[in-house]
Amino acid sequence: MFSLDLLRDAIVFGLLVGCFYAAVSIGLSVAFGLLDVPHIAHPAFLVLGSYCTYVLNQHGWDPIVAGIVLMPAFLLLGMMVYRFYYETFEKRGTEAGVRGLAFFFGVVFIIEVGLVLVFGVDQRLVEADYIGTSLTLGDMRLPLRLIVAFAVALVLTIGLSLYLSKTFTGRAIKAVAQDEAALRLMGANPVRIKQWAFGIATAVTALAGALLIIVGPVEPTMDRVYIGRTFCVVVLAGLGSMSGTLVAGLILGVSESIVLTLLGASWAPAVAFGLLLIMLGIRPQGLFGR
Amino acid sequence: MRSRAGGYSFWIGAAAVLGVAALAVATVKNEYYFFAAYIVVQFVVLATAWNILGGYAGYVNFGTSAFFGVGAYIAVMLIKATGMPLGVQILAAAAVGGALGFGVGLLTLRLRGIFFSIATVAITIILETTVINWRYVGGATGIQILRPPVMEPFDSYTKMLLFVAVLLAIVAVAIARYIEISWLGRGLRAIRDNEEAAECTGVPTLKLKLIACTISGALMSAAGAPLAMYQSFVEPASAFNLTYSVSALAMPIIGGTSHWIGPVLGAVLLGTVQQVVTVTVSSELNVLVVGVLLVLFVVAAPEGIVGLARRFAARLRKRES
Repeated sequence: MFSLDLLRDAIVFGLLVGCFYAAVSIGLSVAFGLLDVPHIAHPAFLVLGSYCTYVLNQHGWDPIVAGIVLMPAFLLLGMMVYRFYYETFEKRGTEAGVRGLAFFFGVVFIIEVGLVLVFGVDQRLVEADYIGTSLTLGDMRLPLRLIVAFAVALVLTIGLSLYLSKTFTGRAIKAVAQDEAALRLMGANPVRIKQWAFGIATAVTALAGALLIIVGPVEPTMDRVYIGRTFCVVVLAGLGSMSGTLVAGLILGVSESIVLTLLGASWAPAVAFGLLLIMLGIRPQGLFGR
Repeated sequence: MRSRAGGYSFWIGAAAVLGVAALAVATVKNEYYFFAAYIVVQFVVLATAWNILGGYAGYVNFGTSAFFGVGAYIAVMLIKATGMPLGVQILAAAAVGGALGFGVGLLTLRLRGIFFSIATVAITIILETTVINWRYVGGATGIQILRPPVMEPFDSYTKMLLFVAVLLAIVAVAIARYIEISWLGRGLRAIRDNEEAAECTGVPTLKLKLIACTISGALMSAAGAPLAMYQSFVEPASAFNLTYSVSALAMPIIGGTSHWIGPVLGAVLLGTVQQVVTVTVSSELNVLVVGVLLVLFVVAAPEGIVGLARRFAARLRKRES
């Protein structure tokens, strides 16, 4: 029977997971929302981050520490990817649409199969003290790993939006999203700023990947579900809106959790894509769109 | 514009391909060749269908697997409900795929570029989830299909399926070729280059996009319909697999999107390589081959094999003069 208790649990659960969804999407919010790079490989980078975390965890590292340690490496990786993308597509300008999309779609499958070849198709888990225990609040039991992921996700999301709105470089990134030509006239180099921004977006993805494997087991093809979730959050938020990302993540988390409770787990993957499709059909610019 | 003689040689070529297929069916004994060739021919249909929208009009469809899976499951439903013959299954699948394509075409009203692509992925996952939760067609575990006895001139079902697939491929390529050289193709190319400008100069963009989406969708679903009989088993995870999407997109891009021969070349080449890799190494690696080749071609040879050939021909001509 469906009861109010069940609904309350679903909403609390959804809010925790929703914040985590915001964290896994915020890199995409920068890369796609601000920089207009059709970064469909973002979820694949996320899963890559999870596997790197897994490897470090096998050597006794705490997953969150591992995620933070991975950030500089992912920053470099992101900067390289953007440089390559810029040199091959954006600079030439011609037909960047089809080719750019196909490029990232190809990268998705290279990462997926690379992970399958190295780690196999089995699910992987990380170990830490807070995984497997739960917190009891009244008559509610909350898995501690969700709370850890929630806290880190919140810090990450708020930290990044503060970085973008308060620091000089952060504002430059927002400026490049608004008017690249004007920035060029001011004597700044938009390509270098975008490269840095893409690097930041990828670095954030490393820590988000660590959260992904903390929240649950990860397998190489998991990025496919997260294509829906991350793009749903970014589109729902409105391109490039950081505070919107948090709200959109919470909306997705709660609606997924409610569907899960009402209809069962097998319908869950359709929620994000359904929400995304409805949003694209009704209001493509998102809730907080520019 | 191509000359009329070009038209004749196309149909002679098509007849020759059909003749070779018939000859192979009559003489070759080893079933495996048909089993492998079927996949390659199926990809010719998918790649050609993808190119009608993706290559000519510039709308990148990541949802080939949605249409393919719908085709397969329409066939499953018909087999289960009425035991209709293969021809009816394919026609029904094409009709439903066309309707789905029309719906996708309506999406292009608002969505372009990556938004359109993401929407097609969304449709794939939603349809897959629906089928997973649908008991009648087997749900997540899939459904076993019994092949009916094979029809007369053929001595095995796989051979018949190959022949049907070749026919389907010829139909698909003929349609794509017609679109390419007619007013439809000119309009679609105008949309690809600049949709606003096309609309302003009186190109009926919505009508053209709807036509392209419908035809493309119908062909993709038709290609999926024989899957039920081919595998004698259908499950959502494989029928809606994103691998179909990446292959159907990689093949035209590798072959060259500007000419109808591009997708055919890409499908035959990549499809054959995939079959060889699957047999000799592993099925994971064949997806890797697709991914790596896709990235390589997009970066180094954006016009595909057709573009490379054209450049080569131009250089030869220059040397002669």
